[in-house]
Amino acid sequence: MTHQPPLTTTDVLVIGAGPAGLTAAADLAAGRAGEVLVVDREPAAGGIPRHSDHTGYGLRDLHRVLSGPAYARRLVDRAAAAGAGIRTRTTVTGWADAATVEITSPEGRYRIRARAIVLATGARERPRTARRIPGDRPEGVLTTGQLQNLVHLHHRPVGRRAVIVGGEPVSWSAALTLREAGCTPALMVSEHPKAESYAAFNAAGRTVLRVPVATRTRVTRVIGKNRCEAVEIEHLDTGRRRTVACDTVVFTGDWIPDHELARAAGLTLDPGTLGPLTDTALRTSSPGVFAAGNLLHPVDTADIAALDGRHVAAQVRRHLDGECRSAEGVRLIADAPFRWIAPQVLRPGDPAPPSGRLLLWTDTFVRFPRITVRQDSGTVTTRRLPWPAAPGRAFRIPSALLDGVSPAGGPVHIGVR
Amino acid sequence: MTATLPRPHDGVFDVAVIGGGIVGAAIARELSGYDLAVALLEARDDVGDGTSKANTAILHTGFDAKPGTLESELVARGYRLLGAYAEATGIPVERTGAILVAWTREELDALPGLKEKAEANGYEHCRIVGPDEVYRDLPDLGEGALGGLTVPDEAVICTWTTNLALATDAQRRGAALLLRHAVTGIDPGDEATVLHTAAGDVRARWVVNAAGLGADHVDRLLGHDRFTVTPRRGELFVFDKLARPLADKIILPVPSSRGKGVLIAPTVYGNVMLGPTAEDLTDRTATATSEEGFDFLLTKGARLMPRLLTEEVTASYAGLRAAIDHPDYLIETDPPQRYVLVGGIRSTGLTAGMAIAEHVRGLLADAGLAMRARETLPEPPRMPNIGEASPRPYQDADLIARDPAYGTLTCFCERVTEGEIRDACHTAVPARTLDGLRRRTRAMNGRCQGFYCGAAVAALYEQHHSHDGCHDHSGDDR
Ligand SMILES: Cc1cc2nc3c(=O)[nH]c(=O)nc-3n(C[C@H](O)[C@H](O)[C@H](O)COP(=O)(O)OP(=O)(O)OC[C@H]3O[C@@H](n4cnc5c(N)ncnc54)[C@H](O)[C@@H]3O)c2cc1C
Ligand SMILES: Cc1cc2nc3c(=O)[nH]c(=O)nc-3n(C[C@H](O)[C@H](O)[C@H](O)COP(=O)(O)OP(=O)(O)OC[C@H]3O[C@@H](n4cnc5c(N)ncnc54)[C@H](O)[C@@H]3O)c2cc1C
Repeated sequence: MTHQPPLTTTDVLVIGAGPAGLTAAADLAAGRAGEVLVVDREPAAGGIPRHSDHTGYGLRDLHRVLSGPAYARRLVDRAAAAGAGIRTRTTVTGWADAATVEITSPEGRYRIRARAIVLATGARERPRTARRIPGDRPEGVLTTGQLQNLVHLHHRPVGRRAVIVGGEPVSWSAALTLREAGCTPALMVSEHPKAESYAAFNAAGRTVLRVPVATRTRVTRVIGKNRCEAVEIEHLDTGRRRTVACDTVVFTGDWIPDHELARAAGLTLDPGTLGPLTDTALRTSSPGVFAAGNLLHPVDTADIAALDGRHVAAQVRRHLDGECRSAEGVRLIADAPFRWIAPQVLRPGDPAPPSGRLLLWTDTFVRFPRITVRQDSGTVTTRRLPWPAAPGRAFRIPSALLDGVSPAGGPVHIGVR
Repeated sequence: MTATLPRPHDGVFDVAVIGGGIVGAAIARELSGYDLAVALLEARDDVGDGTSKANTAILHTGFDAKPGTLESELVARGYRLLGAYAEATGIPVERTGAILVAWTREELDALPGLKEKAEANGYEHCRIVGPDEVYRDLPDLGEGALGGLTVPDEAVICTWTTNLALATDAQRRGAALLLRHAVTGIDPGDEATVLHTAAGDVRARWVVNAAGLGADHVDRLLGHDRFTVTPRRGELFVFDKLARPLADKIILPVPSSRGKGVLIAPTVYGNVMLGPTAEDLTDRTATATSEEGFDFLLTKGARLMPRLLTEEVTASYAGLRAAIDHPDYLIETDPPQRYVLVGGIRSTGLTAGMAIAEHVRGLLADAGLAMRARETLPEPPRMPNIGEASPRPYQDADLIARDPAYGTLTCFCERVTEGEIRDACHTAVPARTLDGLRRRTRAMNGRCQGFYCGAAVAALYEQHHSHDGCHDHSGDDR
């Protein structure tokens, strides 16, 4: 323990074998970017889709619709076939220096040094404690991630009657899983005036899943000594409270990136996303360290994470070819009701962001959003977009809206009217 | 060694200790260092499942105790005893030191008095410092601190491991650990006192009541009516490990009549905690957290360290102090009944536990219980390290080389390995519930609260946990 653990080297190290990491690795290995190694702490590669056993994966990257596990398998196979090394049960536990990570795995403790590192550690749902909801601490209080792990990977029973906290796409994903496990999703609770997810999903939810949604409502207390017995909910407008009997509560959505490694590396974080601050080439503040996927935008769908991976692969290749970071850039700032924007830095000469789009997160619903881009007290552009901005899912704007931004100017504010 | 273990004579223990918290476990350990047959009776299915699992985990110097009280004496002694015991057993401790921060003129004026009080308690290391020094040590403290009193020897410790070490040690020394033995009735007799429990009767010549929140009830079962326990709830927030650089020391408030007040303290697991509140209740099972409690803590936190509130909360919980209407610990012997009451161990019992045990042993000897120190005792147990100050299994290359299960992480946030979970299910005092597993390993205690690991930890636990019949008289059949 006193001596340094052994060192291995690689050209590219990808941390996280989810859709973003695997896609980046596949593209890099296929493009002969030298040796590419992906590590993941889980017993199997694939990230979240491994245990998200329903359809809806792969539309934008693979142009087909697959179940989560099938999608995960396909991404793993592609990366492996391209020649990327994939090591599972391999956890990055810290940094030895800016280009070297520390590893714990059943094979031992070692270090990996790489010429380029891609952080693709994903995002998770805030559990009940992080949402500061008081009450008892009974069994039966879960996140969707834990629920799907229990049901799809471990084939364990859950309760009989559940309350789902949140109305995001993932909340409906939770409802599906509960149904499959024989647990009735009795009520969905959302603070917003309408459940946040896609209208189509809501309609499907209402007709197929028939889950009643309590909008403008929050959970104020969890009740139950051993097993959960009920939750207390409050209507935000009337202040009226009531208890809803349930033996299971699933806290869904309300995402936070898994940014432990990013913070441990001392990377500059964006205060909005809490992920690393990145430019449109997905560079972080540390040279040679890139980031992709939900770590940057908590949270978007898996195919968007995968497209990040494809985008970052090209940038990593340029870095390996010796390209240096371009000039100072301007900072992009999301104005309320937007909570965050990603990426956050625009540099002259950099590529457009992945898929030519910037991602934002809104706290209120705007049916006909008119986007304004302002810089130094002037308006760069305004544009009406034909799709709504809805809480609970990423809102996409074309990066062409920033074409008139001056690279020498001050911060750029993106707002909505 | 097994041959020399004291065994109950005709099924009668020499001493039965009621309550498997820190205090009861420490007493059982102490007494089983003598040629006595000792039983430790605990109502729940694990030791340390009451107040001892939910406190602020500070190893107090006792600088602020009331001079001249039994509490002040036992806290100061307990500080040294537990500190040394932690070293011998591997209970995680961090000697962080504390600063008591004055925010008002009035509090500033109270500092010299507190320093004198510390000295009256035999603690000489306090210093009064100006705001510059306060902010040098605690740069992230909120604005407006006027000065402080340093307490360089205050420390943080792992309350879970402490309780487990004491219980394990007691068991190794031959004490019978009788879990799921809630004492519901007591019949004192000439030769033996019969304790009626859910799992059958237990007989003992002497009875020590260390039942914490239930100590007054047990006392009444013996016909006394001398005190009532008021559960004083303390609610706490635990912040993400990423917050740890904000508070490398314990940040104490200037105490008021309401008690010690809200503090910020590092934990040995690398987190930061904010709390506790102090609220008198009647329900002794009211360990739920409350909206009012959270609001109060957030208001306090916003003043003490606004930056802390921008970090994620990974846990919140409430503990109940066993407050009584008596200004000191209530430790009394009743020789005719062969009975010792250990009551009112309110907010310092983690620190004082081992000293209380010594004190009780002395009382028993004075009251006529013959005892001889045993010549050979088993070594104190070496406890698994769940603290951050010394290497954890996942960091130990040699250990992983010998057993790859220590290189297989199951709980990522807390970096708990498969090997540790397996061990916690097969150790001398094994985990019998998922909560017991949390206290032995930290599994699922982290920021994701089971998002990634919950299902895998539950599966491992199912695979390993042994139905070891803990409700039987497990000490008897050796
Ligand atoms: C319950 C649920 C349902 C969903 N349903 C859908 C859906 O129907 N359709 C859809 O398109 N999207 C869905 N999503 C979103 C989708 O799963 C994510 O967008 C996608 O997985 C993000 O990919 P990623 O590569 O960024 O991160 P992840 O898939 O989260 O992968 C990150 C990986 O990094 C690893 N890792 C993290 N830290 C370390 C470390 N220190 N060392 C080693 N490895 C590490 C993790 O183990 C993990 O495997 C769902 C998400 C959830 C939670
Ligand atoms: C919020 C808070 C913060 C604190 N902070 C600190 C601190 O920083 N430092 C410090 O030194 N101390 C602290 N304390 C105090 C410390 O936690 C307690 O003094 C200590 O845990 C008391 O231990 P105990 O063994 O007396 O009680 P407990 O741990 O409650 O043990 C009593 C046991 O008796 C059992 N029992 C009860 N009735 C029966 C029965 N009839 N039959 C069988 N078993 C029974 C219970 O199940 C329980 O396990 C704090 C306390 C609280 C609540």
